[in-house]
Amino acid sequence: MAGKKEFLIKINLDFCKACGLCYSYCPTKAIGPDKEFRASVVDADKCIGCLQCENYCPDFAIEIEEIK
Amino acid sequence: MGEIKFLQGNEACALGAMRAGLRFFGGYPITPSSEIAEQCARLLPCSGGRFIQMEDEIASIASIIGASLAGSKSMTATSGPGFSLMQEALGYGIMAEIPFVVVNVMRGGPSTGHPTGPSQGDIMQARWGTHGDHPVIALYPESVPETYYEIIRAFNLAERFRQPVIFLMDEILGKMNESVEIKDDISVFEREKIQSRDGRYRPYAMKDDIPLTANYGEGLRFHVTGLFHDETGFPDVSGENIQKNMDRMYRKIENNIEELQKWEESGADNPEILLVSAGTQARSAKMACQELNSRGISAAVFRPVTVWPFPEKRLSALAARSKKVLVVEMNKGQLADECRKFISDEKLIPVNQLNSEMISPDEIIRQVEGVL
Amino acid sequence: MFDYAEYLRLDKLPHIWCYGCGNGIILKGAIRAIDKMGWEKDSVMAVSGIGCSSRATGYLDFNSLHTLHGRAIPFATGIKMAKPELNVIVFTGDGDATAIGGNHFIHAARRNINLTVILFNNNIYGMTGGQYSPTTPKGYFASTAPYGHIDPSFDIVELALGAGATFVARSTVANPREMEKVIHEGLKNKGFSLIEVVSNCHERFGKRNKMKSPYEMIEWIRSRSVSKVKAESMEAEEREGKIITGIFRQETRPEYVETYDELVLKKARGGI
Ligand SMILES: Cc1ncc(C[n+]2csc(CCOP(=O)(O)OP(=O)(O)O)c2C)c(N)n1
Ligand code: SF4
Ligand code: SF4
Ligand code: SF4
Ligand SMILES: [Mg+2]
Repeated sequence: MAGKKEFLIKINLDFCKACGLCYSYCPTKAIGPDKEFRASVVDADKCIGCLQCENYCPDFAIEIEEIK
Repeated sequence: MGEIKFLQGNEACALGAMRAGLRFFGGYPITPSSEIAEQCARLLPCSGGRFIQMEDEIASIASIIGASLAGSKSMTATSGPGFSLMQEALGYGIMAEIPFVVVNVMRGGPSTGHPTGPSQGDIMQARWGTHGDHPVIALYPESVPETYYEIIRAFNLAERFRQPVIFLMDEILGKMNESVEIKDDISVFEREKIQSRDGRYRPYAMKDDIPLTANYGEGLRFHVTGLFHDETGFPDVSGENIQKNMDRMYRKIENNIEELQKWEESGADNPEILLVSAGTQARSAKMACQELNSRGISAAVFRPVTVWPFPEKRLSALAARSKKVLVVEMNKGQLADECRKFISDEKLIPVNQLNSEMISPDEIIRQVEGVL
Repeated sequence: MFDYAEYLRLDKLPHIWCYGCGNGIILKGAIRAIDKMGWEKDSVMAVSGIGCSSRATGYLDFNSLHTLHGRAIPFATGIKMAKPELNVIVFTGDGDATAIGGNHFIHAARRNINLTVILFNNNIYGMTGGQYSPTTPKGYFASTAPYGHIDPSFDIVELALGAGATFVARSTVANPREMEKVIHEGLKNKGFSLIEVVSNCHERFGKRNKMKSPYEMIEWIRSRSVSKVKAESMEAEEREGKIITGIFRQETRPEYVETYDELVLKKARGGI
């Protein structure tokens, strides 16, 4: 798809406390829980860069970078 | 000779503080200390400082701690009930090692007690009013001129040791008028400007056990807390760190005891009768002593000017050579209790009065005659 | 990408707050709002009291002061009086600012001294284990309200308005972008600003009140939130128990330290 933005989902597992807020609020389910309920990337292509995850994460553990 | 001014004790306190470089006063009115706030409200804005009347004494002491951290020499003044309210924040100042001066013009207590009557009932509150183990510096002058010079010393000690200094006065001293010679050459201690940053700045790195804390807003960003902390200023409540810092905070005072302590001795050398008394009460003791001396009785007065740390070493040496030590105070025996640590019960005689009046020279003489 | 690291003491992270605690959401919103101000970090002074929320100052790479329970505002007042050029922000909790520190809160608002107070309202005493606070809603449970809470609660916005604050707003952790916006507006105000941010303490409030997870609690907050505009068209009964969000006052009134200095100048010129 021409002009579609791509995003890098950066998760810092050292900071992640597995609260679930990021993936609960992700509208596209680009992210989801891993086995320990920490954040993990499910499908980066689905990410629309809305920053819901980043804004709700209380632990500075997830950041979204626009790469294209 | 310097200029001679006829001043009220409270006024001398404010003027001395200004001379010491006071830049901020936050206070709440209370008899018999209010003139100090009133004078500061008048004087401070005219010399680049600021004054604020806060909503209570807790806010007052909190405001001066904030101002001091931002680089202004700061003071508050109060009396018994207000001093009680200030205790928690006083402990903060001790813990976080912040220089400021708290004046307590002692009145009759507990509670609202006797607002217009003198007492020396807060000597021990000055020592142990705030919770936890801690060192304390407290000064207590006897006259208006001494108030002027001792408040300057209070600021100098606060700045030098990064420690709150409690400045005790009493209702008599606060309200009385005397002449003060304002000398030209008075030394004032200025806080060292901390500038260099080698790596990350550590506000509680020590030089001779005294922290090298900068002022806020001068280019070094740092953290201050009332929790036990390490050199970085951040909390560290490990047993090891607590012990280390407690030891250091006590050492900061104990290793500089000579610089901190000050007392006056008057009367006979090697006296048989030693009178111990502080503040305005000591003036009555000195009059009694003169009379006793003129009657051929070997008596002397020991007057601590630095009440805390108590000048124990000198007093115990003097007491060792005396037959009787009478501790004369307008309270239930607070200094006497301190003296009991190093003077035997047979020797030590507390002379106390709680009727909101100074113990008269005649009464002191009567007490001395009783033990001769 | 927003660079939070620029404003954080990274060596202090992860922070002490529980998983999913709204305090972190507020801290981030505040950082984004401060960033918009374009201030030098050296010029920012963060002051806090005692409580979970008050730990915020330790994580921020500004000048920071963690004071006594309830006393952040008077410490901040002294700092502002001594160095008015500092941008002083107070981080406080519902207990810190409206129980033990309630008196300081109203008086600082009355003076209109230029402080920005960001009040983390989690409706509970989080740090000490979930005792009720002046904002715990009636009928809910707290460790000291085992049979249900009976006290009427403070409306912090009304309190600030009544006391004379010149900027008053309320937001919630359910709406981080709006929160950031109102904090930014508050920071811009030259005077006393109060931004109440309703937050979740699922650990010590939620769990006693059938809301175990941070998500459930944030959704509970959302479900009770209505904008100020919408609330205006609601009946009083309907508004009961609602969290009304928005900016309630944004006005200009002489700032305290400036007024003091103008008076001094007038005196120096012989005008008094
Ligand atoms: C003088 C004093 N009283 C009580 C306490 C104990 N204490 C610490 S935090 C706190 C309540 C904090 O509640 P709040 O301000 O709402 O902050 P939260 O933890 O909920 O963020 C209390 C009562 C204290 N530290 N100091
Ligand atoms: S930016 Fe939006 S879409 Fe992308 S992962 Fe975060 S919440 Fe999901
Ligand atoms: S919101 Fe943050 S802390 Fe919570 S699960 Fe997601 S990344 Fe982890
Ligand atoms: S106790 Fe409550 S307020 Fe405190 S960190 Fe945990 S969730 Fe947050
Ligand atoms: Mg709370």
